Amino acid sequence: MRLSHLLAALPLFFVTSFSAPALADEPQPSDWPAVEAAAEGQTVYWNAWGGEGRINDYIAWVGEQVKARYGVTLEHVKLSDTAEAVSRVLAEKQAGRDTGGAVDLIWINGENFAAMKRQDLLFGPWSEEMPNYTLVDTEGKPTTRTDFTVPVDGLEAPWGMAQIVFYYDTERLPEPPTTVDALLTFAAQNPGRFTYPQPPDFLGSTFLKQVLYATIDDTDRLLQPVDEARLDADLEGMWQYLNKLHPVMWREGKVFPQGGPAQRQLMADGEIDVAVSFSPSEASTAIANFELPDTVRTFVFDRGTIGNTHFVAIPYNAAHKAGAMVVANFLMSPEAQLRKQDPEVWGDGTVLNMDAISVEQRAGFDALELGIATLGPAELGTPLLEPHPSWMERIEDEWVRRYGTGQ
Amino acid sequence: MIGPLVAGLIGTVLPAFGYLPALGGDSVSLAPWRELLGSPGIGRSVWLSVSTGFGATVISLTIVTLFCAAWHGTHWFSRMQRLLSPLLSVPHVSVAFGIAFLIAPSGWLMRAISPELTGLTRPPDITIINDPYGLSLMLGLVVKEVPFLLLMTIAALGQVQADQTRLVTATFGYGRMTGWLKGTFPRIYAQIRLPVLAVLAFSMSVVDVALVLGPTTPPTLSVQLLRWMNDADLEMRFLASAGAILQLALVAAGLALWVLGERLVAWLGQYWLSCGARGLGDMPMRLFIGGTMVVVSGAVIFGLVGMAVWSFAGLWRFPDFLPDSWSLRIWMRQSDGLFELTLDTAILAIAATLIAVVMVMGCLEREGAGKGQQPRGTDARAQAKVMWLIYLPLLVPQIAFLFGLQVLLISIGLDQLWIALVWAHLVFVLPYLFLSLGDAYRSWDERYARTGLCLGKSAFAIWLRVKVPMLLPPILIAMAVGFAVSIGQYLPTFLVGGGRFATLTTEAVTLAAGGDRRVIGAVTLLQMILPTIGFILAMLIPAVLFRRRLGMTVNRI
Repeated sequence: MRLSHLLAALPLFFVTSFSAPALADEPQPSDWPAVEAAAEGQTVYWNAWGGEGRINDYIAWVGEQVKARYGVTLEHVKLSDTAEAVSRVLAEKQAGRDTGGAVDLIWINGENFAAMKRQDLLFGPWSEEMPNYTLVDTEGKPTTRTDFTVPVDGLEAPWGMAQIVFYYDTERLPEPPTTVDALLTFAAQNPGRFTYPQPPDFLGSTFLKQVLYATIDDTDRLLQPVDEARLDADLEGMWQYLNKLHPVMWREGKVFPQGGPAQRQLMADGEIDVAVSFSPSEASTAIANFELPDTVRTFVFDRGTIGNTHFVAIPYNAAHKAGAMVVANFLMSPEAQLRKQDPEVWGDGTVLNMDAISVEQRAGFDALELGIATLGPAELGTPLLEPHPSWMERIEDEWVRRYGTGQ
Repeated sequence: MIGPLVAGLIGTVLPAFGYLPALGGDSVSLAPWRELLGSPGIGRSVWLSVSTGFGATVISLTIVTLFCAAWHGTHWFSRMQRLLSPLLSVPHVSVAFGIAFLIAPSGWLMRAISPELTGLTRPPDITIINDPYGLSLMLGLVVKEVPFLLLMTIAALGQVQADQTRLVTATFGYGRMTGWLKGTFPRIYAQIRLPVLAVLAFSMSVVDVALVLGPTTPPTLSVQLLRWMNDADLEMRFLASAGAILQLALVAAGLALWVLGERLVAWLGQYWLSCGARGLGDMPMRLFIGGTMVVVSGAVIFGLVGMAVWSFAGLWRFPDFLPDSWSLRIWMRQSDGLFELTLDTAILAIAATLIAVVMVMGCLEREGAGKGQQPRGTDARAQAKVMWLIYLPLLVPQIAFLFGLQVLLISIGLDQLWIALVWAHLVFVLPYLFLSLGDAYRSWDERYARTGLCLGKSAFAIWLRVKVPMLLPPILIAMAVGFAVSIGQYLPTFLVGGGRFATLTTEAVTLAAGGDRRVIGAVTLLQMILPTIGFILAMLIPAVLFRRRLGMTVNRI
């Protein structure tokens, strides 16, 4: 094929839009019976990270329930990275497919949400009109309304709670380091026994933000977008801390685990003594899976740790929006939330307000055994808010420049 | 086959120059390139891609060549061949996980000697895997490419009268290795040249193995690309696209450099060929290269055994050589829907392989039919052009064109269809099948056909009753390779299938994201089963069919 032919074909390829036959009118979330009626018989393709057998099993259970109750078929599209689903929607927008998209529901939060919202890739607002949304603890859990300080604006439905915790093996480390400074002291006394996932992995970046909370002079600034004029001064304490920490870290801070699972493997292999996690129940789950010994326990920093909420969202061009809403609403039901919080099933924290649900339902939550290595709500404390996404971007860029190039 | 590639590449080139309307990029600019050149560590990433790619290719080729020189025509050779052939079917990333567990400071080798010999109860804090020079990455690539190149070489050996050549060189008084290198290698290399180039291109742009074994600060260019591509910040797509073009240019330059290197070696080799050195007394070298081969195959096999043990492990801590307790839990969990998944994977692979083998044989027949009608030079040039077109999908990094391909399929409404998925697999299955079969097919001695014609048989009857049976072993091996390639595809399956179709590999990759070695071990075994069956069939069928025909066995001793 000649180049001129190619160039002639380009406008066709990139500009023509794909005109799919218009599906039924967009469902109106305010008219719930109509949504349920429209949902019946739909197949919902839920794009969700598929790396954990227990979570996959829970999603399969959700599928059975919505099939039996609402006649909705749920297909779990297992992702190794949420960005794959974001890419898919982006490719569809690029190709002009504005209806009938392949992704109906995405498990999402933070940067991915911010990016999709910014690029108008999301359907909504819808989530606040879901019947079960009234049960969500929007007062006590402000992260259900702002995702990494970005207003949710009804574009995603809260699904579960996460908070930074650390886990350690009591057999090797009787007293865990419960402040940022104590962590440095521990690392200095035990070289090579601590590391964190390599930014821009979200867990590693969150660890950096946790350090930033302890080293910045005014933590309120973290909730605002970065102020370029004082950025260097704001981050200086954190870089000094890392400059001291890295030489006494695992592999002298020259090699990093590539994510939470890789870091857990290092813990299991006995290479490190303290690991960071975004799931308060991770240690208990790992013990139950024989991944970690039953002497592992969890701790949080004395001054609190960063917490956030994870959500489900519907792409702007989803083919089965009504079905997706029915699934999202079911995910917020007390029954589904209770099962999710059961550490035998998954152990993921609920987004519901205990005062808004019935006494029997509340008793169910009270009766849950959290698992030997999981902290109760009181021990976890009030989570610190996620800084504005601009902090994450600036920290990640500068981190790579300083530590990620082998110089 | 070239259509999707070109379309995909356009979909990559445009964003690389700032054009991607869905993200608001509607004018052409060089900004992505400035950003790419300014991104920290990019120079080192590029260097790592080049050094590990060339390192792995040179080492693999050297090992395979010297091994053939030292041991071809012996019992050891055929034993090693039988041992290594199934390894071809193991997905790269499984081998990488196995090697990682074997050689890590907390790995199996260290566990075997600790604490008895080392006194260690905690793993030492030394860098072995993910080393900044990419040595462990090179090792991981070498152990996987050696079986591939060896199998390709063996297929070629049947076509160049290697046995007779050995007799001749031995009669002239050459040592076994020198005789093989001087007499057989030049002809063999001409036949395995494309596979070698494919290995080079693959090694320079590999993603999955580099994620497990490669350096991290910074990573190789391909891993860096993947990070940009998967970044939540969608504006990074522009940078990623520019990076993909750089990766493409890098591979192209690498291939060109290799071809230059070939000339140099050929030029130097001429002196050596005619200098008369007989190279007797090569036994130490033969033992050394044999030992190297044992280490290479041992590393793969023990790595895989280690992963198999993990899939049954309960708690397994350093420095225990074996797990504290055993469990079937992982397998019980995986058993749901496993049959269906395996069946879907197999059907998809069989469909792609059958279409590919028909197309490849059709292509090769046409190529043969053209012989003698055109001036020889034009013919060869045209053939070379076709070859490059077919092989392009192997030489172009997947990530560089798959996003564009996805956009194309969506815009013509062909995504999410089973047939589109088969077609996407075909893009990768076809070149590997061509690679495996082409040289054997072309080297078939046309005089058999002439004999058949003289005996009054039709061209089709000759093809069916003489050519196909004679070429059955390479055809079946090529099909097994194609089958394995189809099973190993992750990105095309996921991107084109829109997540509608799950295969063993998509399941394996997503589960591997969870990082539990037990799960990774289990899915590794599962992924190996189907391709291994394919290879066993490919070896058994000719053995059974031709059990009374000594001359039809590929490597008789």
